[in-house]
Amino acid sequence: MILLELFLGFLIVGLFSFGGAYAAIPLIRDVVLLFGWVEEDVLTNMIAISESTPGPIMVNLATYVGCSQAGVLGGIIATFAVILPAFLIILLIMVVLKKMLANKYVKAVLEGLKPCIAGIILAMGSYMILRNSILPVFQQPMDLWALLIAVILSVLLFGSKLVFKKKMSPIVLIAISAVLGIAVYGF
Amino acid sequence: MEKKSSLFLTFIKIGLFTFGGGYAMIPIIENICVERKKWITHDEMMDITVIAESTPGPIAINCATYVGYKQKGIWGAIAATFGVVLPSFVIIYLISLFLDNFLEITWIANAFKGIRIAVGILILDAGIRMFIKMKKRVIPCIILVLSFAAMMLINVFAWSFSSIFLILIAALISLVIFQIQGAPSGEGGDKK
Repeated sequence: MILLELFLGFLIVGLFSFGGAYAAIPLIRDVVLLFGWVEEDVLTNMIAISESTPGPIMVNLATYVGCSQAGVLGGIIATFAVILPAFLIILLIMVVLKKMLANKYVKAVLEGLKPCIAGIILAMGSYMILRNSILPVFQQPMDLWALLIAVILSVLLFGSKLVFKKKMSPIVLIAISAVLGIAVYGF
Repeated sequence: MEKKSSLFLTFIKIGLFTFGGGYAMIPIIENICVERKKWITHDEMMDITVIAESTPGPIAINCATYVGYKQKGIWGAIAATFGVVLPSFVIIYLISLFLDNFLEITWIANAFKGIRIAVGILILDAGIRMFIKMKKRVIPCIILVLSFAAMMLINVFAWSFSSIFLILIAALISLVIFQIQGAPSGEGGDKK
Protein backbone atom coordinates (compact mmCIF):
# COMPACT_ATOMS: atom_id res chain seq x y z
CA MET A 1 0.00 0.00 0.00
CA ILE A 2 1.69 3.10 -1.31
CA LEU A 3 0.31 5.55 1.29
CA LEU A 4 1.55 3.42 4.16
CA GLU A 5 4.95 3.06 2.50
CA LEU A 6 5.17 6.82 2.00
CA PHE A 7 4.23 7.40 5.61
CA LEU A 8 6.75 4.93 7.01
CA GLY A 9 9.54 5.94 4.62
CA PHE A 10 9.28 9.64 5.43
CA LEU A 11 8.69 9.01 9.12
CA ILE A 12 12.10 7.31 9.17
CA VAL A 13 13.62 10.26 7.30
CA GLY A 14 12.11 12.70 9.79
CA LEU A 15 13.32 10.64 12.72
CA PHE A 16 16.95 10.21 11.68
CA SER A 17 17.78 13.47 9.93
CA PHE A 18 19.98 15.14 12.52
CA GLY A 19 21.63 18.32 11.26
CA GLY A 20 19.22 19.80 8.78
CA ALA A 21 18.36 19.31 5.16
CA TYR A 22 21.73 18.20 3.86
CA ALA A 23 21.84 15.40 6.40
CA ALA A 24 18.39 14.34 5.21
CA ILE A 25 19.28 14.12 1.53
CA PRO A 26 21.21 10.81 1.83
CA LEU A 27 18.36 9.37 3.91
CA ILE A 28 15.72 10.47 1.45
CA ARG A 29 17.78 8.97 -1.37
CA ASP A 30 18.03 5.68 0.55
CA VAL A 31 14.30 5.48 1.14
CA VAL A 32 13.33 6.63 -2.34
CA LEU A 33 15.64 4.14 -4.08
CA LEU A 34 14.68 1.34 -1.69
CA PHE A 35 11.00 1.67 -2.54
CA GLY A 36 11.80 2.51 -6.18
CA TRP A 37 9.67 5.69 -6.09
CA VAL A 38 11.72 7.92 -8.39
CA GLU A 39 14.97 7.52 -10.29
CA GLU A 40 18.23 8.99 -9.12
CA ASP A 41 18.39 11.72 -11.80
CA VAL A 42 14.82 12.78 -11.09
CA LEU A 43 15.62 13.00 -7.40
CA THR A 44 18.70 15.14 -8.11
CA ASN A 45 16.58 17.49 -10.25
CA MET A 46 14.16 17.70 -7.38
CA ILE A 47 16.86 18.49 -4.85
CA ALA A 48 17.82 21.48 -7.01
CA ILE A 49 14.19 22.60 -7.23
CA SER A 50 13.80 22.20 -3.46
CA GLU A 51 16.79 24.44 -2.92
CA SER A 52 15.44 27.06 -5.32
CA THR A 53 11.92 27.20 -3.93
CA PRO A 54 11.04 28.59 -0.51
CA GLY A 55 10.58 26.46 2.57
CA PRO A 56 12.32 23.56 4.28
CA ILE A 57 14.11 21.34 1.75
CA MET A 58 12.95 18.16 3.46
CA VAL A 59 9.32 19.24 3.26
CA ASN A 60 9.74 20.14 -0.41
CA LEU A 61 11.23 16.74 -1.23
CA ALA A 62 8.60 14.85 0.77
CA THR A 63 5.82 16.78 -0.94
CA TYR A 64 7.25 16.11 -4.38
CA VAL A 65 7.90 12.40 -3.89
CA GLY A 66 4.49 11.94 -2.25
CA CYS A 67 2.65 13.81 -5.01
CA SER A 68 4.51 11.96 -7.73
CA GLN A 69 3.57 8.60 -6.24
CA ALA A 70 0.03 9.08 -5.03
CA GLY A 71 -1.22 12.54 -5.97
CA VAL A 72 -2.10 15.24 -3.49
CA LEU A 73 -3.01 12.75 -0.76
CA GLY A 74 0.40 11.11 -1.12
CA GLY A 75 2.00 14.53 -0.81
CA ILE A 76 0.06 15.29 2.36
CA ILE A 77 0.93 11.92 3.93
CA ALA A 78 4.65 12.16 3.10
CA THR A 79 4.87 15.77 4.33
CA PHE A 80 2.96 14.95 7.52
CA ALA A 81 5.28 11.99 8.17
CA VAL A 82 8.49 13.95 7.66
CA ILE A 83 7.51 16.72 10.09
CA LEU A 84 5.81 14.53 12.71
CA PRO A 85 8.94 13.39 14.60
CA ALA A 86 10.35 16.95 14.78
CA PHE A 87 7.02 18.28 16.02
CA LEU A 88 6.56 15.61 18.69
CA ILE A 89 10.16 15.69 19.88
CA ILE A 90 10.10 19.47 20.37
CA LEU A 91 6.82 19.22 22.31
CA LEU A 92 8.27 16.40 24.39
CA ILE A 93 11.36 18.44 25.20
CA MET A 94 9.33 21.52 26.10
CA VAL A 95 6.69 19.78 28.16
CA VAL A 96 8.40 16.98 30.04
CA LEU A 97 12.05 16.60 29.20
CA LYS A 98 13.43 20.10 29.60
CA LYS A 99 16.72 18.71 30.84
CA MET A 100 17.00 15.92 28.29
CA LEU A 101 19.50 17.68 26.04
CA ALA A 102 21.71 18.41 29.05
CA ASN A 103 21.91 14.70 29.89
CA LYS A 104 25.51 13.55 29.51
CA TYR A 105 24.64 10.39 27.57
CA VAL A 106 22.45 12.31 25.14
CA LYS A 107 25.24 14.86 24.74
CA ALA A 108 27.83 12.17 24.10
CA VAL A 109 25.67 10.56 21.42
CA LEU A 110 24.89 13.88 19.73
CA GLU A 111 28.59 14.76 19.66
CA GLY A 112 29.40 11.36 18.20
CA LEU A 113 26.78 11.72 15.49
CA LYS A 114 28.26 14.94 14.10
CA PRO A 115 31.38 13.46 12.46
CA CYS A 116 29.38 10.50 11.15
CA ILE A 117 26.84 12.81 9.53
CA ALA A 118 29.60 15.05 8.15
CA GLY A 119 31.19 11.95 6.62
CA ILE A 120 27.90 10.83 5.08
CA ILE A 121 27.24 14.27 3.58
CA LEU A 122 30.79 14.53 2.21
CA ALA A 123 30.42 11.10 0.60
CA MET A 124 27.02 12.04 -0.84
CA GLY A 125 28.42 15.21 -2.45
CA SER A 126 31.52 13.43 -3.75
CA TYR A 127 29.44 10.62 -5.19
CA MET A 128 27.09 13.03 -6.96
CA ILE A 129 30.02 14.93 -8.48
CA LEU A 130 31.59 11.61 -9.51
CA ARG A 131 28.37 10.41 -11.09
CA ASN A 132 27.36 13.60 -12.89
CA SER A 133 30.68 15.12 -13.94
CA ILE A 134 33.61 12.70 -13.67
CA LEU A 135 32.01 9.45 -14.86
CA PRO A 136 30.73 11.08 -18.11
CA VAL A 137 34.38 11.59 -19.13
CA PHE A 138 34.81 7.81 -19.29
CA GLN A 139 31.54 7.13 -21.06
CA GLN A 140 30.86 6.73 -24.75
CA PRO A 141 30.40 9.32 -26.15
CA MET A 142 32.88 11.11 -23.91
CA ASP A 143 31.51 14.18 -22.16
CA LEU A 144 34.22 16.58 -21.04
CA TRP A 145 31.76 19.46 -20.71
CA ALA A 146 30.28 18.09 -17.51
CA LEU A 147 33.71 18.12 -15.91
CA LEU A 148 34.31 21.66 -17.14
CA ILE A 149 31.00 22.84 -15.66
CA ALA A 150 31.93 21.21 -12.34
CA VAL A 151 35.27 23.02 -12.30
CA ILE A 152 33.71 26.39 -13.16
CA LEU A 153 31.02 26.02 -10.51
CA SER A 154 33.53 24.94 -7.85
CA VAL A 155 35.77 27.90 -8.63
CA LEU A 156 32.79 30.25 -8.43
CA LEU A 157 31.44 28.83 -5.16
CA PHE A 158 34.69 28.40 -3.27
CA GLY A 159 36.32 31.43 -4.93
CA SER A 160 33.47 33.74 -3.92
CA LYS A 161 34.01 32.61 -0.35
CA LEU A 162 37.71 33.50 -0.43
CA VAL A 163 37.44 36.73 -2.40
CA PHE A 164 34.26 38.30 -1.04
CA LYS A 165 34.26 36.52 2.32
CA LYS A 166 30.64 35.84 1.59
CA LYS A 167 29.09 32.63 0.39
CA MET A 168 27.38 32.64 -2.96
CA SER A 169 23.71 31.79 -2.49
CA PRO A 170 22.78 28.26 -3.64
CA ILE A 171 20.06 29.72 -5.86
CA VAL A 172 22.59 31.88 -7.72
CA LEU A 173 24.86 28.86 -8.22
CA ILE A 174 21.94 26.76 -9.48
CA ALA A 175 20.92 29.54 -11.88
CA ILE A 176 24.48 29.77 -13.24
CA SER A 177 24.63 25.98 -13.64
CA ALA A 178 21.38 26.04 -15.62
CA VAL A 179 22.79 28.69 -17.97
CA LEU A 180 25.99 26.67 -18.39
CA GLY A 181 23.97 23.52 -19.08
CA ILE A 182 22.02 25.25 -21.85
CA ALA A 183 25.16 26.91 -23.23
CA VAL A 184 27.02 23.61 -23.44
CA TYR A 185 24.34 21.10 -24.37
CA GLY A 186 22.32 23.35 -26.63
CA PHE A 187 19.09 25.28 -26.64
CA MET B 1 -7.94 32.74 18.70
CA GLU B 2 -6.39 35.95 17.44
CA LYS B 3 -2.95 34.85 18.59
CA LYS B 4 -3.27 31.55 16.80
CA SER B 5 -4.17 33.11 13.47
CA SER B 6 -1.37 35.61 13.95
CA LEU B 7 1.06 32.69 14.51
CA PHE B 8 -0.33 30.94 11.47
CA LEU B 9 -0.04 33.96 9.18
CA THR B 10 3.40 34.95 10.42
CA PHE B 11 4.79 31.47 9.82
CA ILE B 12 3.20 31.35 6.38
CA LYS B 13 5.21 34.49 5.65
CA ILE B 14 8.38 32.90 7.03
CA GLY B 15 7.78 29.75 4.99
CA LEU B 16 7.11 31.74 1.85
CA PHE B 17 10.09 34.04 1.92
CA THR B 18 12.97 31.85 3.06
CA PHE B 19 14.98 30.17 0.38
CA GLY B 20 17.70 27.66 1.10
CA GLY B 21 16.23 25.61 3.91
CA GLY B 22 16.21 25.79 7.67
CA TYR B 23 19.49 27.49 8.40
CA ALA B 24 18.46 30.42 6.21
CA MET B 25 15.28 30.65 8.27
CA ILE B 26 16.90 31.16 11.65
CA PRO B 27 17.88 34.83 11.16
CA ILE B 28 14.44 35.59 9.71
CA ILE B 29 12.62 33.88 12.58
CA GLU B 30 14.83 35.85 14.96
CA ASN B 31 14.03 39.13 13.24
CA ILE B 32 10.28 38.55 13.24
CA CYS B 33 9.63 36.59 16.43
CA VAL B 34 12.19 38.23 18.70
CA GLU B 35 12.62 41.76 17.49
CA ARG B 36 9.29 42.63 15.94
CA LYS B 37 6.63 40.48 17.58
CA LYS B 38 8.52 39.92 20.83
CA TRP B 39 7.05 36.43 21.09
CA ILE B 40 10.28 35.03 22.48
CA THR B 41 13.48 36.46 23.97
CA HIS B 42 16.99 36.40 22.53
CA ASP B 43 18.00 33.72 25.02
CA GLU B 44 15.07 31.55 24.01
CA MET B 45 16.08 32.01 20.38
CA MET B 46 19.56 30.71 21.25
CA ASP B 47 17.91 27.76 23.00
CA ILE B 48 15.81 27.00 19.94
CA THR B 49 18.84 27.04 17.69
CA VAL B 50 20.70 24.57 19.89
CA ILE B 51 17.64 22.33 20.29
CA ALA B 52 16.90 22.45 16.55
CA GLU B 53 20.42 21.39 15.73
CA SER B 54 20.34 18.51 18.24
CA THR B 55 16.97 17.09 17.27
CA PRO B 56 16.04 15.34 14.04
CA GLY B 57 13.78 16.80 11.40
CA PRO B 58 13.54 20.08 9.51
CA ILE B 59 14.97 22.97 11.53
CA ALA B 60 12.12 25.23 10.45
CA ILE B 61 9.62 22.78 11.96
CA ASN B 62 11.55 22.64 15.22
CA CYS B 63 11.54 26.45 15.44
CA ALA B 64 7.87 26.84 14.50
CA THR B 65 6.77 24.21 16.99
CA TYR B 66 8.81 25.83 19.76
CA VAL B 67 7.59 29.38 19.16
CA GLY B 68 3.99 28.25 18.65
CA TYR B 69 3.96 26.21 21.84
CA LYS B 70 5.53 29.05 23.86
CA GLN B 71 2.80 31.42 22.70
CA LYS B 72 -0.33 29.34 22.72
CA GLY B 73 0.33 25.76 23.79
CA ILE B 74 -0.34 22.78 21.59
CA TRP B 75 -2.75 24.60 19.24
CA GLY B 76 -0.22 27.39 18.81
CA ALA B 77 2.39 24.79 17.91
CA ILE B 78 0.08 23.23 15.35
CA ALA B 79 -0.86 26.61 13.86
CA ALA B 80 2.76 27.74 13.48
CA THR B 81 3.97 24.40 12.08
CA PHE B 82 1.08 24.18 9.64
CA GLY B 83 1.79 27.74 8.55
CA VAL B 84 5.47 27.20 7.87
CA VAL B 85 4.78 24.07 5.79
CA LEU B 86 1.84 25.34 3.75
CA PRO B 87 3.63 27.57 1.19
CA SER B 88 6.21 24.85 0.39
CA PHE B 89 3.52 22.29 -0.03
CA VAL B 90 1.42 24.36 -2.42
CA ILE B 91 4.40 25.48 -4.51
CA ILE B 92 5.91 22.00 -4.83
CA TYR B 93 2.53 20.45 -5.54
CA LEU B 94 2.06 22.85 -8.47
CA ILE B 95 5.59 22.14 -9.73
CA SER B 96 5.04 18.37 -9.48
CA LEU B 97 2.07 18.69 -11.82
CA PHE B 98 4.14 20.26 -14.57
CA LEU B 99 7.72 19.10 -14.06
CA ASP B 100 7.59 15.99 -16.25
CA ASN B 101 6.18 17.98 -19.17
CA PHE B 102 8.78 20.69 -18.68
CA LEU B 103 11.62 18.19 -18.76
CA GLU B 104 10.55 17.03 -22.21
CA ILE B 105 11.54 20.43 -23.55
CA THR B 106 15.15 20.04 -24.72
CA TRP B 107 16.66 23.22 -23.34
CA ILE B 108 15.09 22.72 -19.92
CA ALA B 109 16.41 19.15 -19.81
CA ASN B 110 19.85 20.52 -20.76
CA ALA B 111 19.64 23.16 -18.04
CA PHE B 112 18.99 20.36 -15.57
CA LYS B 113 22.11 18.51 -16.75
CA GLY B 114 24.04 21.55 -15.53
CA ILE B 115 21.92 21.91 -12.41
CA ARG B 116 22.58 18.31 -11.30
CA ILE B 117 26.30 19.12 -11.24
CA ALA B 118 25.64 22.14 -9.01
CA VAL B 119 23.67 20.00 -6.56
CA GLY B 120 26.65 17.73 -5.92
CA ILE B 121 28.92 20.70 -5.32
CA LEU B 122 26.44 22.32 -2.94
CA ILE B 123 26.14 19.11 -0.93
CA LEU B 124 29.91 18.70 -0.80
CA ASP B 125 30.15 22.32 0.39
CA ALA B 126 27.64 21.62 3.18
CA GLY B 127 29.78 18.64 4.25
CA ILE B 128 32.93 20.75 4.26
CA ARG B 129 31.23 23.40 6.39
CA MET B 130 30.18 20.74 8.90
CA PHE B 131 33.73 19.42 8.99
CA ILE B 132 35.14 22.91 9.63
CA LYS B 133 32.74 23.45 12.55
CA MET B 134 33.58 20.04 14.03
CA LYS B 135 36.05 19.60 16.88
CA LYS B 136 39.17 18.08 15.33
CA ARG B 137 40.02 15.34 17.76
CA VAL B 138 41.25 11.87 16.93
CA ILE B 139 38.11 9.81 17.48
CA PRO B 140 35.68 12.14 15.67
CA CYS B 141 38.09 12.27 12.75
CA ILE B 142 38.27 8.47 12.61
CA ILE B 143 34.46 8.27 12.72
CA LEU B 144 34.29 10.81 9.90
CA VAL B 145 36.75 8.97 7.68
CA LEU B 146 35.08 5.61 8.31
CA SER B 147 31.57 6.87 7.66
CA PHE B 148 32.80 8.66 4.52
CA ALA B 149 34.47 5.51 3.23
CA ALA B 150 31.49 3.31 4.08
CA MET B 151 29.01 5.68 2.45
CA MET B 152 31.18 6.01 -0.64
CA LEU B 153 31.36 2.21 -1.06
CA ILE B 154 27.62 1.89 -0.46
CA ASN B 155 26.90 4.49 -3.14
CA VAL B 156 29.38 3.31 -5.75
CA PHE B 157 28.46 -0.37 -5.50
CA ALA B 158 24.78 0.40 -4.87
CA TRP B 159 24.74 -1.79 -1.77
CA SER B 160 21.46 -1.81 0.05
CA PHE B 161 22.78 -0.60 3.38
CA SER B 162 21.02 2.49 4.63
CA SER B 163 22.93 5.42 6.10
CA ILE B 164 20.54 5.07 9.05
CA PHE B 165 22.60 2.07 10.17
CA LEU B 166 25.78 4.15 9.97
CA ILE B 167 24.13 6.74 12.21
CA LEU B 168 23.01 4.06 14.68
CA ILE B 169 26.48 2.50 14.71
CA ALA B 170 28.07 5.92 15.34
CA ALA B 171 25.63 6.51 18.22
CA LEU B 172 26.53 3.14 19.74
CA ILE B 173 30.27 3.70 19.34
CA SER B 174 30.09 7.13 20.98
CA LEU B 175 28.19 5.65 23.93
CA VAL B 176 30.81 2.92 24.36
CA ILE B 177 33.66 5.43 24.13
CA PHE B 178 31.85 7.68 26.61
CA GLN B 179 31.61 4.78 29.07
CA ILE B 180 35.31 4.01 28.75
CA GLN B 181 36.71 7.53 28.63
CA GLY B 182 34.24 9.53 30.66
CA ALA B 183 33.02 12.89 29.43
CA PRO B 184 34.24 14.16 26.07
CA SER B 185 37.46 16.05 26.70
CA GLY B 186 36.45 19.29 24.98
CA GLU B 187 33.79 21.42 26.63
CA GLY B 188 30.31 20.72 25.33
CA GLY B 189 28.49 23.33 23.29
CA ASP B 190 29.54 24.43 19.85
CA LYS B 191 31.49 27.48 19.02
CA LYS B 192 30.14 29.68 16.30
